[in-house]
Amino acid sequence: MPVSQRLNGMLDIRNIVKQYANHRALDNVSTHVEKGSVFGLLGPNGAGKTSLIRIINQITAPDSGEVYFDGQRLNPDHISRIGYLPEERGLYKKMQIGEQMLYLAQLKGLSRKDAIDRIRHWFEKMEMQSWWHKKVEDLSKGMQQKVQFVATVVHQPDLIILDEPFSGFDPVNASVIKEEIQTLNRNGATIIFSTHRMESVEELCDSIVLINRSRKVLDGKLKDIKRAYRTNTYRITYLPSDQDITPLDGVFTIESLEPAVDHTTLTIRIAEGHTINDVLAYLISRVQVHELKEVIPSIHDIFVQQVTTQITEPQTHEQNTTDH
Amino acid sequence: MNKILLIIKREYLSRVKKKSFLLVTFLVPLVIIGIYALTIYLTARSFESNRAVVQVIDQSGLFKGQFTDTGQITFEEITADVQEAKTRILSADGKTLLLIIPDNIERAGAVELYAKEPAGLSVQTAVSRKIEEVLRDRAYAKAGIDRTVLDGIDPEVTILSREITEDGEKDSSAGAAMGVAMTLSVLVYICLFLYGAQVMRGIIEEKNSRIVEVIISSVKPFQLMMGKIIGIGLVGLTQFILWIALSSALAGVASVGLLDARSVRTEMERQQPESDVSIKADADRPASGMFGKAARELGKIDFQAIIITFLLYFFGGYLLYSALFAAVGSAVDSETETQQFMFPITIPLLFTYILSFGVLVNDPHGPLSFWLSMIPFTSPIAMLVRIPFGVPGWEIALSLALLIGGFILTTWVAARIYRVGILMYGKKASYKELFRWFRYNG
Repeated sequence: MPVSQRLNGMLDIRNIVKQYANHRALDNVSTHVEKGSVFGLLGPNGAGKTSLIRIINQITAPDSGEVYFDGQRLNPDHISRIGYLPEERGLYKKMQIGEQMLYLAQLKGLSRKDAIDRIRHWFEKMEMQSWWHKKVEDLSKGMQQKVQFVATVVHQPDLIILDEPFSGFDPVNASVIKEEIQTLNRNGATIIFSTHRMESVEELCDSIVLINRSRKVLDGKLKDIKRAYRTNTYRITYLPSDQDITPLDGVFTIESLEPAVDHTTLTIRIAEGHTINDVLAYLISRVQVHELKEVIPSIHDIFVQQVTTQITEPQTHEQNTTDH
Repeated sequence: MNKILLIIKREYLSRVKKKSFLLVTFLVPLVIIGIYALTIYLTARSFESNRAVVQVIDQSGLFKGQFTDTGQITFEEITADVQEAKTRILSADGKTLLLIIPDNIERAGAVELYAKEPAGLSVQTAVSRKIEEVLRDRAYAKAGIDRTVLDGIDPEVTILSREITEDGEKDSSAGAAMGVAMTLSVLVYICLFLYGAQVMRGIIEEKNSRIVEVIISSVKPFQLMMGKIIGIGLVGLTQFILWIALSSALAGVASVGLLDARSVRTEMERQQPESDVSIKADADRPASGMFGKAARELGKIDFQAIIITFLLYFFGGYLLYSALFAAVGSAVDSETETQQFMFPITIPLLFTYILSFGVLVNDPHGPLSFWLSMIPFTSPIAMLVRIPFGVPGWEIALSLALLIGGFILTTWVAARIYRVGILMYGKKASYKELFRWFRYNG
């Protein structure tokens, strides 16, 4: 990646190693988060996601490697530009919501007056005006999550890191929060979603990094990854017909054929050097095509595929990751 | 730096604003004064309610006309049959007593006092005093001693203890110093634990409620720990300063109470007119009598210096120990798990505390006392125990410097454990683990 592009990045993570006593939490992890993007930090539990987030938040320091934030070496001044919603949520139970928000916002570097203005603004937006004097312990779990979310974004951070953001939210609040996150992103904030439930953020992310067992499995733009992992597999449904569809040598192979009452579903893989049009040309002369769709692997599928190759053939994985 | 102030402010205000803080701050002096006042009141009351009628059957004949009524006791000399009188007592109320003086009183030295309820101590004392007086006067008369001459001879020796220092002589008082020293040692011992435990509990709460991760994404763990320690320490200082202020304000009230106490005593003594003279002397001459003596002894102690050194050592000791409490709090998930780590923290304090009642008070300038008042882990108690006995300035300065050094050391160690511990959820820590955390980088 050229240097100029790196400088335009929100985060540039280079060769991070974090070692705990007898456990290497991060092993030479590098990735890049573009400004204004929605970035997925994905991997199973215990992969090292939280360790990486803590390094970005300067809660812990890496043993080696560097993090660049907005083109500068990560330093304490950046703390006020990051908003962090930890996986383990928590607030002072006995403290009033308003006072607590004010405290957290001021710790992030806002002046008291600015903090009050921003909190008012958010409380209005999230319909929480009446909560100012309430204590956290008097709120429901869902309400507490809302409070926590506001606390994360109240100081208008450039980078918002959300660790397992939708766990614990009821569906209504989850969609409210999702919308708010997207609005923040449209207004210029860079978002990092960290989750082990890859399907929950797939639709939201522009780019991802996959981490497994402390190592990066792959990263890059979601659409590039999907393109790279496309298998030229298509699913075609056609109306019932007497014609038998058989693989066409050199053009496509049949993965599966599932006849049903009103239509038959055919999954094919196109051979190198051919396109879907070649297949269609063959099919149209035989059956009435009803629907055609490319089978795109989900991030989860890619992850599973990568992880299994990583376990069976660790060497090829290294090559894979350095390609990106 | 600004952030640490914010943390101090929150820790301070969230505690000072609590109802329990106000309650403790204002109630403790009131309760102490209240107990004092209640004692005085009850003592006074007991004299009023102890009115009694004592019927006297004088078989010796020595006491005819000798019993004069006091404010408390009315004497009636009767000449009834003993058995008959006893039955009458049974039918009378509990305030009527029967005193039988046998004819061999001078030899036996015993009388019988009958009542339906056991006679109160003050009645018994009044009766026996009266009888003793009469018997003594008889004995004096027999030996040819004039009583008025004897009363005039009343030697009393007071020891005026003086210290020779380079600044010249000054009064010292071992007794009062000992009292003050012990009070201070108890106070520091209790307060170090009280406020240290608050630090620990605060950290466990932050860890349990998981807010700690939000906070330390904004501030350094060290800032959070120090902010909490200083904030709670200031709560402690506020409490002490309020206690001192309130106590001195209430001391005014108390001194009125003291006057009341004196008038009670006067009242009490007035019931025995013979000792009237000595009471008057008591009030006018503070050199004699328990009250005056205590006041004079306490007057020799430099309370201003003691309060200042107390606050310094309390705060220094608190900083040192609360850092350790903070490390313990960060290593556990609940208060019940703190036991194994609390023990080694408690030992030096407990050791000094126990010693303060023996060795330190008896030999405040000996080598053990000196070294204990230098070691930062023991000096907050040991030095405070020594101070009422007079400690050279350089020793205090050195001890304070060592205390500050000690607290920087414990804070450094604690901070290294703390920054790892607060992020370790649901992991039972061992000493080995703590040591490993201590050695982690970054």
